[in-house]
Amino acid sequence: MNWLLPEYVADALPHEAAQIESLRRAVLDLFRVRGYELVMPPLLEYLDSLLTGSGQDLTLRTFKLVDQLSGRTLGVRADMTPQVARIDAHLLNRQGVTRLCYCDSVLHTLPASQAASREPVQLGAELYGYAGVEADLEAIRLMAAALQRAGTPASRIDLGHVGVFRALAQAAGLDAETEAAVLQLLQAKDIPGLKERGASLGEPYRSAFLRLPGLYGGAEALDKAMRELPQLPEILAALGTLRQLLESMPELPLSFDLADLRGYHYHNGVVFAAYYPGFPSAIALGGRYDGAGKTFGRERAATGFSMDLREVARLATACQQQGAIIAPYATGDPALTRLIASLREQGEIVVELLPGETGVEGVPCDRCIVRRDGQWLVEATH
Amino acid sequence: MDGITIALSKGRIFEETLPLLAAAGIEPLENPESSRKLIIATNRDDVRLVIVRATDAPTYVQYGAADIGVVGKDVLIEHGGDGLYQPLDLKIARCRMMVAVPDGFDYEKAVRQGARLKVATKYISIAREHFAAKGVHVDLIKLYGSMELAPLTGLADAIVDLVSTGSTLKANHLVAVEHIADISSRLIVNQAALKLKRERLAPILDAFAKAVPQ
Repeated sequence: MNWLLPEYVADALPHEAAQIESLRRAVLDLFRVRGYELVMPPLLEYLDSLLTGSGQDLTLRTFKLVDQLSGRTLGVRADMTPQVARIDAHLLNRQGVTRLCYCDSVLHTLPASQAASREPVQLGAELYGYAGVEADLEAIRLMAAALQRAGTPASRIDLGHVGVFRALAQAAGLDAETEAAVLQLLQAKDIPGLKERGASLGEPYRSAFLRLPGLYGGAEALDKAMRELPQLPEILAALGTLRQLLESMPELPLSFDLADLRGYHYHNGVVFAAYYPGFPSAIALGGRYDGAGKTFGRERAATGFSMDLREVARLATACQQQGAIIAPYATGDPALTRLIASLREQGEIVVELLPGETGVEGVPCDRCIVRRDGQWLVEATH
Repeated sequence: MDGITIALSKGRIFEETLPLLAAAGIEPLENPESSRKLIIATNRDDVRLVIVRATDAPTYVQYGAADIGVVGKDVLIEHGGDGLYQPLDLKIARCRMMVAVPDGFDYEKAVRQGARLKVATKYISIAREHFAAKGVHVDLIKLYGSMELAPLTGLADAIVDLVSTGSTLKANHLVAVEHIADISSRLIVNQAALKLKRERLAPILDAFAKAVPQ
C-alpha cells in the first residue's frame, strides 16, 4: 500500500494546521465580539433540507447516501448556508435580528476547480431578520474586517444587485429557458453570444442586456447604468441601494459589476465578492437571500458571506511560529514543576522531555530550562 | 505579478492577433516562430506574452497564470468557460464546425430521432450536445487529428470537425452535411484579473474592441 489520499483531498500537516487554526480562532473571535453566535450544524442531514436555497446549485456536488435507519437519502453538506438558514428559521424562531456564524468542513463530489480542495473549510457569518440596506452594510464590513484579520485584506470588493437583471427579465417577458440562457451569457460577459441570442428580444431590453456586461468599474459604472438602463422602478431602487453602500463605506475598495449574477436562483438583492491579488477567483462571496427560510416555514430577510479558510490560510502570510522551551524530565522537583506551570500560564510552549529523549523534532525550540547553582533558569539554546 | 500576461498560441491566432495588439500599443520583441522562448517580452514593461498550445489557453487564463488570452470558440466550448469572461469576438481565425460524412452516405436518414450513429471527433462536448438536441444517440470516438480518415476506414459513420476551405474533405471524398456553429477567436479574460487589474486591462480591451470590424 502507498496510502494515497483520494484526489483533491489533503491532510493539513502541523504547520498548515497551525495556520488554519490560528486564523479560525482570530476570525471567530472577531465575529463573537460583534454578537455573532457560533452554531455547529451536523455533517450530514436529509438531502431535501440541504438542497434548498444556495444548495439548489449543488445537487451534483453533494455526496449522497442512504440512511440505514430511515431509508431516506442523506446528503453530506456541500454548503453550510442552508443549514444555518434552517437553524434560524425553524429552530431558533426569534422575532428580531439573529446573527450566526460557523466554521467547519464541507465536502464536494467534484472540486470547484482543478486547483480547489474537495473538502473546503467553510467559514462564514449570516445576519437574519433585517431587510434594510444597513444589514448589507454590516455584512460587507464584517467580511472586509474578517479578511483583514486573516491577513488577506481584500484589494477589491465588487458589489452587484441581482434585482437589475430580474427586473429586466420580467419586463422583457423572458420565458424560463431564455432567461437561463441569457443569465449564463451575462455571467460570462459573452457579448457576441448575447447579440445572437437576444436578436428576437424587444427593445429597450435587448440593448439593456447587451449593456449589462459592460456595467462594471467604480462609481462611474453606476452613473452609466442610470443613463443606459431602462428606468424601471426596481432598477432605480437597486442602483440607489448600491450608491448608498458606496457612499457609506469610503474606507473600502468598492467597485461594481451589474452582470455578477452568481447564485441568481437564491440571491435577491445586493451581492458582493472580495478579491485578493494572486488568487484567480473571489476569495470571499456573499449576498442577500431573503426567503431562504421559507422552505423551513418562516420567510426571513437574510444576508451573509463565507470563505474557504484553507485558501485564505494558504494566501495569508505565514503566522510567526512560536519558539518552544525544552524542559528536562521532571524529576519531581517542585521548583521545576512550578516554573513550567508559570511559563505555560504566560502562553509559552514548554515541552517536557521524556527519559532518554534528547530533543524535539518539528517544533522549533529556541530556549531550554537548565539548573544553575541550584536554580532553574530559562536560557537561549545555541 | 502586477503586469499583464497575455496567452496566445503560435500560428494563425498569433499572426492575426498582432494587429490588435498593435492597436493597443503592444509589440512583441520576438517572434515565437523563430524563437524558442515561451515567455515573450513586449515593448511595454508591464505586458508580456506567454506562448501556449491552443487548447491550453483557457486553462492558463482560468487559473490566473495569464490575465487574458485569445482562443478559438471551439476550444472554449470544449473547455466549458468556467471562471472566464469572453467579452469580445475578435473575428479572426474564422471557420465552421460541421458534420461531414462520406460522399453518398444518406445523412438525413441516419439522423432520424432515436437513431444511433458512430461519430469521430476531437470536439466531444460539441458533438454530444449537437446530437442530443436532435434526439440522436451517438457513440463518440475521440480522435486527436486526421478525422477524415475515420469514416474512410469504417471507424465511424460521420465526423464533427472544423472546416475552413473544405479542400481536405473534398480530397478524401467527404461532404459537409450540417453546419453546427460559426467559429472564430474570442478574447478571454480571467474574472479576478478584470476586477483587480481593471485600470490596466480596460484600455487594452477597449483598443481590441475598436480594432475589430463590427
